[in-house]
Amino acid sequence: MIPAGFEYHRPGDIASAIGILQEHGDEARVLAGGHSLIPMMKLRMAEMGHLVDLQAIEELKGIEVGADTVSLGAMVTQHELITHDGLASAIPLIREAALQIADPQVRYVGTVGGNVANGDPGNDMPGLMQCLNATFDLSGPDGNRSVAARDFYEAAYFTAREDEEILTRIHIPVPGAAVGQAYEKQKRKIGDYATAAAAVMVGNGTASVAMTNLADTPVWSEGASAALASGDVEGCVAAMLDAIDPVADNRGPVEFKKHVAAVMLRRAIDRAQSRAG
Amino acid sequence: MNDQTMTPEERAANLKGMGSSRKRVEDVRFTQGKGNYVDDIKLDGMLFGDFVRSPYAHARVVSVNKEAALALPGVIAVLTAEDLSPLGLHWMPTLAGDKQMVLADGKVLFQGQEVAYVVAEDRYIAADAVELVEVEYEELPVLTDPFEALKSDVVLREDLEGQTEGAHGPRKHHNHIFTWEQGDKDATEAVLAEADVVAEEMVYYHRTHPCPLETCGCVASMDKVTGKLTLYGTFQAPHAIRTVVSLISGVAEHNIRVISPDIGGGFGNKVGAYAGYVCSVVASIVTGKPVKWVEDRMENLMSTAFARDYWMQGKIAATKDGKITGLWCHTTADHGGFDACADPTKFPAGFMNICTGSYDIPTAYLAVDGVYTNKAPGGVAYRCSFRVTEAAYFIERMIEVLAIKLNMDAAELRRINFIKADQFPYQSALGWEYDSGDYHTAWDKALKAVDYDGLRAEQAQRIEEFKAGKTRKLLGIGLTHFTEIVGAGPVKNCDILGLGMFDSCEIRIHPTGSAIARLGTISQGQGHATTFAQIIASEIGLPADDITLEEGDTDTAPYGLGTYGSRSTPVAGAATAMAARKIRAKAQMIAAYLLEVHDDDVEWDVDRFAVKGAPERFKTMKEIAFAAYNQAIPGLEPGLEAVSYYDPPNMTYPFGAYICVMEIDVDTGEWEVRQFYALDDCGTRINPMIIEGQVHGGVTEALAIAMGQEIAYDEMGNVKTGTLMDFFLPTAWETPNYTTDHTVTPSPHHPIGAKGVGESPNVGGVPAFSNAVHDAFRPFGLVQSHMPHDHWRIWKIANGLGLHG
Repeated sequence: MIPAGFEYHRPGDIASAIGILQEHGDEARVLAGGHSLIPMMKLRMAEMGHLVDLQAIEELKGIEVGADTVSLGAMVTQHELITHDGLASAIPLIREAALQIADPQVRYVGTVGGNVANGDPGNDMPGLMQCLNATFDLSGPDGNRSVAARDFYEAAYFTAREDEEILTRIHIPVPGAAVGQAYEKQKRKIGDYATAAAAVMVGNGTASVAMTNLADTPVWSEGASAALASGDVEGCVAAMLDAIDPVADNRGPVEFKKHVAAVMLRRAIDRAQSRAG
Repeated sequence: MNDQTMTPEERAANLKGMGSSRKRVEDVRFTQGKGNYVDDIKLDGMLFGDFVRSPYAHARVVSVNKEAALALPGVIAVLTAEDLSPLGLHWMPTLAGDKQMVLADGKVLFQGQEVAYVVAEDRYIAADAVELVEVEYEELPVLTDPFEALKSDVVLREDLEGQTEGAHGPRKHHNHIFTWEQGDKDATEAVLAEADVVAEEMVYYHRTHPCPLETCGCVASMDKVTGKLTLYGTFQAPHAIRTVVSLISGVAEHNIRVISPDIGGGFGNKVGAYAGYVCSVVASIVTGKPVKWVEDRMENLMSTAFARDYWMQGKIAATKDGKITGLWCHTTADHGGFDACADPTKFPAGFMNICTGSYDIPTAYLAVDGVYTNKAPGGVAYRCSFRVTEAAYFIERMIEVLAIKLNMDAAELRRINFIKADQFPYQSALGWEYDSGDYHTAWDKALKAVDYDGLRAEQAQRIEEFKAGKTRKLLGIGLTHFTEIVGAGPVKNCDILGLGMFDSCEIRIHPTGSAIARLGTISQGQGHATTFAQIIASEIGLPADDITLEEGDTDTAPYGLGTYGSRSTPVAGAATAMAARKIRAKAQMIAAYLLEVHDDDVEWDVDRFAVKGAPERFKTMKEIAFAAYNQAIPGLEPGLEAVSYYDPPNMTYPFGAYICVMEIDVDTGEWEVRQFYALDDCGTRINPMIIEGQVHGGVTEALAIAMGQEIAYDEMGNVKTGTLMDFFLPTAWETPNYTTDHTVTPSPHHPIGAKGVGESPNVGGVPAFSNAVHDAFRPFGLVQSHMPHDHWRIWKIANGLGLHG
């Protein structure tokens, strides 16, 4: 559990960070909260010559709650998500989900940007952001662009982000008070990834459904969302079970995971419906 | 000083002696982060060792190329078996009469086995160099199943080929280690053949790991000028380690000083000797510099001593009305690649023959077959006396299985089979003499405390609601009545590597009436410095706060066999009381001299000797202490100190009644402990607060083991649970509330009647949690399902019983 040597960089703005990434190519990685990357480095499963710490970049911080949109800086911690009252009233789903991530010590340091950008299928925020139909701002040598969360994830640890790009901000449309929201997660213990987790929004004739750790990417299902929007819960569950593709691990075999996926989804739907206006 | 205004009770309370919930004196440093653990030790010029470990579970080591590693600046040496072999140190003896490779000698037998030892100037360089050592392996067929291993042509231990006799008798197969038999086989089989009812079941107690918060490590420091070797380490038995190091290294024992500093939990993991210790000692002797080795968490879980892994086939016979007539058990014990169990020498399966439990079973038979597989060695007593948790789990499952067969309430079945209070001392069918107990009183108190009948009524109603589709949660009531056997032990039958398992205490009273006591044991969190001072306080009338306790330095402490198997209070605690009594006997003579009366004319009164019939004429222990150093007393040597080496006449037999109430979600396999009641009888209670803390910790480890914790291997012998992501270590979040309770049945042979308690909660807790899971599904036909009861395995039970529609 001792990492190999690396150069440590601590740029003060996004442009400098991108400059370092350009200079060192795939020898460099950005570091946000570090709760995924640092264990991988200690296991020597991730080795890089240059670590670019984003901690000192003010532009990457801050939560802005507007009437229609919420904007989160990539370096906003899970703890800040939980304790921001304006955010909790605009999109309660975010606090509900963040409270189920890891433990308080991890949440003080772990960031929303790191969580969505790492592409780990076990992370909770990617599925959540797909459910909420968020967009991610990326900055790179060629300037800025935005990618929808639903288009961002390609495979485990592979995303639409280029090596020299940094995910800078997340924009989320405010669903409105009439839309009920719920995040339901089964895990073996505090700090564990989900055995299965479901993010659900429903109300006003619309619905959105996404699930976590049941495929090599988060799974947002258009069919499941449309079925739920029309009030067809069983159709929603069936469509989602079609969309997921879990693998056996220490949490259990595929058959078990599919079963609890359906249970989590039904429970999240129940709770979201009970909260719909 | 000559205060007569206080009552004897007030004076006793001021001593904070036995029975006082005195705060732990250790916690002042621990809660401030001021403990001194092995990894806190930093010596001038210290080097660091790190291991190259095998990625394969079974492979031939074709070659080891050190060149690239040695070329890295800062690397001092890379040791292999070839380097250790001229010293005879490439293998080392195990505590179980086997031998074990220190570094891979031609082959590896488990994933994570030590292949080469890198020594470097800092631990980062050492870790980099480990990556640079090139090892060529040739993979061999892997055996992870002990039953397969006993049939396989694959020879795991080629070094033992042709040896049909092992340390514990004949070997039946090249992967067989020993057969250990206890009890009367023929009589038991006759009872089984004639019984009204026989219940039969395979009870598997899965492989797990003690996983102390602090991993294993050491610092070896050879002083080439004085010829003295100092070895700091996470040792649960520092004196035995000194003797072992002397025997295998050839360094004279007086030139070895072993120091166990603060230890962050042991739980059996830190009893044995590991390759890291041997390699660090060798490296220090060769380089003349201190060498530190501290394993990381993954190394700890993969390579240092595991626990359990017992396949226990059981048969239990009874009359129609539930009186047990016989018990039969055959255990297949998976020991991994080497037999490195930490048991007393004559007990290759520990005290597994306590498996008749709390019950008066007239006839019984036990056989244990030890087997080699491609898994890590160990088989240590993880927070229990030697194999006692396995034994307790076995009998407490068999009782439940029998209750199902008899269609009887499991609480009642236990009650009618308990050994009765007037049967003690009780001779068990498998050879033990239980010292004392009152099981019926404890059991009735426990059932009443939880309103057992009310719980059963609630459970019956819950089943109706479940069947009616009103709930998806079941209620399980897990019962356990356990009997431990601790305090190893009488030297006549308990030794480790020939060292009798006595223990010791030396007490010195200072002139001003304070004291220092040193013991042969070593605390790993048990709070010895707090509780042993309380024993002395009560015995000699000096305040516990004025008594310093020291353990773990072999240059200063008297010889002892260390701390594991709940032996500290039964053995060293007894030595402490006996040493204190020697001091009190001398103090009596001093007091009589000072009071100018005959020795027999003074009597002990809490903290003083007073003239019989004249309580106003007395000398306090403080006055006596001063007199011991400044008065010339005819016929008495100056000073006031004593040492006692205590060889206990018998083990002690703590017992308890545990009840767990658990809610189980049939659809997800999730569980929640709604209530956990733990009644412990550990004889005389020295510090109730520490007992409560021990029970909380032990039950929490039991929860972990029963509900998720395991060392699992895939068919290639890869460890699947090598990190704390997958190896379940409960946090505060997963830990339920516990209700503790007690009865007091003192040990008749222990000087203060104490029995030991640290391990009872693990012994009783595991079956209580497991029985709760089983009990929830009993109405739907479940008889036996193996631990750990994690979500998917509970879900599988429900699924198998058709509860998912």
